[in-house]
Amino acid sequence: MQMYDLPDSRGHFGPYGGVFVAETLIRALDELKTQYARYRHDAAFVVEFEDELAHYVGRPTPVYHAKRWSEKLGGAQIWLKREDLNHTGAHKINNCIGQALLAKRLGKPRVIAETGAGQHGVATATVAARFGMECVVYMGSEDIKRQAQNVFRMTLLGATVVPVESGSKTLKDALNEAMRDWVTNVDTTFYIIGTVAGPHPYPMMVRDFQSVIGRECLTQMPAAAGRQPDAVIACVGGGSNAMGIFYPYLSHENVRLIGVEAAGEGIATGRHSASLTAGRPGVLHGNRTYLLQDANGQITETHSISAGLDYPGVGPEHAWLKDSKRAEYVSITDDEALAAFHECCRIEGIIPALESSHALAYAAKIAATMPRDKVLLVNLSGRGDKDMNTVAERSGLKFYCRPECDSGRRAR
Amino acid sequence: MNRIDGVFAQLKTAGRTALIPYITAGDPSPSVTVAIMHRLVTAGADILELGVPFSDPMADGPVIQRASERALAQGVGLNDVLAMVAAFRATDRTTPVVLMGYANPIEAMGTESFADRARTAGVDGVLVVDYPPEEAAEFAALLGARSLAPIFLLSPTTPVARIAMVAKIARGYVYYVSLKGVTGAGNIDTAEVARRLAEIRRHIALPVGVGFGIRDAASAKAIAAHADAVVIGSRIIQEIETGTPDAAPERAGAWLAGIRGALDSMQKRAA
Repeated sequence: MQMYDLPDSRGHFGPYGGVFVAETLIRALDELKTQYARYRHDAAFVVEFEDELAHYVGRPTPVYHAKRWSEKLGGAQIWLKREDLNHTGAHKINNCIGQALLAKRLGKPRVIAETGAGQHGVATATVAARFGMECVVYMGSEDIKRQAQNVFRMTLLGATVVPVESGSKTLKDALNEAMRDWVTNVDTTFYIIGTVAGPHPYPMMVRDFQSVIGRECLTQMPAAAGRQPDAVIACVGGGSNAMGIFYPYLSHENVRLIGVEAAGEGIATGRHSASLTAGRPGVLHGNRTYLLQDANGQITETHSISAGLDYPGVGPEHAWLKDSKRAEYVSITDDEALAAFHECCRIEGIIPALESSHALAYAAKIAATMPRDKVLLVNLSGRGDKDMNTVAERSGLKFYCRPECDSGRRAR
Repeated sequence: MNRIDGVFAQLKTAGRTALIPYITAGDPSPSVTVAIMHRLVTAGADILELGVPFSDPMADGPVIQRASERALAQGVGLNDVLAMVAAFRATDRTTPVVLMGYANPIEAMGTESFADRARTAGVDGVLVVDYPPEEAAEFAALLGARSLAPIFLLSPTTPVARIAMVAKIARGYVYYVSLKGVTGAGNIDTAEVARRLAEIRRHIALPVGVGFGIRDAASAKAIAAHADAVVIGSRIIQEIETGTPDAAPERAGAWLAGIRGALDSMQKRAA
């Protein structure tokens, strides 16, 4: 493989990526590009970032051999990269720390973010509290209904959560609204994008901050498993946890990289979020990438049991890795993800996020077909505490409802 | 000569400022869009900007978002918008029409196919909000080869070096966004606009239109004192959305006529 040095200076990964925004945002993106170029290799910045990751986030996270599950499957050995053990419960915080440190250096007192499930919103609210910044999080009003607990967490952390009522009232609309805020308040505001999408330099910058995940694996796997894995598997919505673990492995050509998208109720039903599997290239949210869209080029509504994968686009570097065939992209349905969720809970004593359960489900699927001496490394990108309501509802339970809900004596 | 260049040449001779209303195609109903276009011309529009509805209009404020949603709810796509332009052209051969929208519907049609069909329908210029000049060289060439004008935005934050870059590929006119923010926002600082226009004119020979934040006769006149064209969008959409669809052409036309009158009175005084 040739030396991989993407993106180019204008943010292109082959035909994907780039800067597709209104003129009003160009100067802010240019400033960000310049400042990020200055700080990404700045010794003091790197030391501060690593110090925050070590003492605030709790890194490095371990790799863990899921021995009982591997034994049950009877094939390849499954190893888990435990991003669920990070502060706030997912990989999202790695990137938020990096961007907050940049915001501080740029002298921006206010940070904004978009969120779907609320995980990135919580991580942003957390770092805003940690660094004493004002924080506004945009969230679709549909998602607010589905993720009430995360809304409360953000509020506890001092953030203002703004409901977005436009379009489909979900993550993509929250992103639109955050962009509108940024255009309007660009002098005082830093926009912390939560995934490897958006205009350059975001896909590159978020990838860089998240690639701590894969770098740790590169040194942990030989020590713990005696070798590098045969395949690295991660779920892909926007794709930040996947890029984070894939990127350091790109040059290890004999390691397969497998991204798992959300097939929802099945690709054939149209109710899914699998942009790379079923989408076409187009332009949305500042970059060219694979998108779920109709014949008129309108972005279509998506579905997944996991709100964090419920997005009609995907990071442009994944689009490039798909076309260049360096990575493979597959999909897992709601039901398959849920089955893997329960397996992981009961066999390993780990409650995984529904997002990560997609990667676990695919790993379990192929492990069974592989010899016992093969090694699969799965990015367990987050823990499942936030998904209790979704899983309970699926099972017909309402454990979170106070007794008076059922008796009709609802408190006023 | 492109119709846009013709209109600005005539206006320059007459010492008048161009009035450019924006409407979203298909709002409030696809059946009245062409009627609104004609009525805006009789009310004194010199150029029409026709918005192509998009599901994710990132640079637009709530008023134009609503217009886009109404049009999309009735299934209006880029094919339909081009058909509306063709229908308008059947009886109006002179008023330039500029399509304004986002990249994805155009890329879904195919940029070359779009350029061909826009030319056939009678479109004169195209402004793609999320195609900054760095990403638009190929598209601008496709338009230019068909005598369609690629139109670009300039903003209060655009540095001089970028103004020069836009000057190289822009045709027709450039559109100065007078505010930070989205369409329909805030109030204009006229002195700041005047200062920036002077700077832009040192680098660009094209006429300069000003939009975002113009909502009445007073703000239109204040801007017209400095700009070659006044662009009004959200305020007209508000006229269109308050009342029955059938009467929308008359409401939009009557409101725009008021602005035209104000601009003309000002220019007579100046002359």
